[in-house]
Amino acid sequence: MSTASTPALSALQPGDVVAQRTIELSREMLVRYAGASGDFNPIHYRDDVAAQMGLPGVLAHGMLTMGLAVETVSAWLGPELQIREYGTRFTRPVVVDPVTGASVEIVAKVGAVDVDAGTARIDLTVSYEGRTVLGKAQVQVGARAPRSHG
Amino acid sequence: MPVNPELVGREFPPTAPYLVGREKVREFARALHSSDPLHLDPIAARAAGYADVVAPTTFPIVLQDFTLQQLLAQPDSGIVLSRVLHAEQRFQYTRPIVAGDELTAALEVTGIRSMGGGTMVTSEARIRDAAGEHVVTAVSVLVVGEADA
Repeated sequence: MSTASTPALSALQPGDVVAQRTIELSREMLVRYAGASGDFNPIHYRDDVAAQMGLPGVLAHGMLTMGLAVETVSAWLGPELQIREYGTRFTRPVVVDPVTGASVEIVAKVGAVDVDAGTARIDLTVSYEGRTVLGKAQVQVGARAPRSHG
Repeated sequence: MPVNPELVGREFPPTAPYLVGREKVREFARALHSSDPLHLDPIAARAAGYADVVAPTTFPIVLQDFTLQQLLAQPDSGIVLSRVLHAEQRFQYTRPIVAGDELTAALEVTGIRSMGGGTMVTSEARIRDAAGEHVVTAVSVLVVGEADA
């Protein structure tokens, strides 16, 4: 994983790559995410159930892919920027082979910057086997609110 | 049984209070291969002005799942889990979730739309802290496939 140093909104240009990484997904990671999230749908760890459902194999949780994608930029944001909104569409499943897993590539680029408002949009591209698996994965970030909580 | 269109506008009672634990936050962050010290290191989180570690952005899915269980448990919903696909997901934050927060989630079904081969069900889980203040809303779109003939 590579990340740039602390972001200053005024220095960002649309198209700048701010973070990227490649994740080698394994069945072990799916089980770990199932335990962490509480989503124990067996299509994410049992080949027989996946086959019964007519799926091409055991699938990564869409929420695992969505989470891996945004965590690629989380550390880059640092303590001064916060995520205000994050959304995506799940457009294609990621099949995780029991032996070879699945290689997922994540690239985070600046989509837009509004220096006056203190906000920016980060666009995430997540691909597997050369095709994107998340549609319109966008993160809205803004200057952190006053430290009034927590 | 098709998806019941009368679910639209139905509001569910808030889920039982969920106490966000530091180790749960760290476990969730590690499952996402996060390197963000705000998720993992209480000292770094405190140095940044938070009371404890900050939950990853997608953490509210844990609470949203409780609300979707409520929805699936409705005898008249017409939604069968084995035919459900997760189509879209969104999180709208007022503030980050921090370990020590005690949260509840209240679900409202906001839209049902038929489309070729299925029904899109949009719902919003509004997550509040112990003081009743809004923290984050988790919006999900599920596509419910039609039953086999």
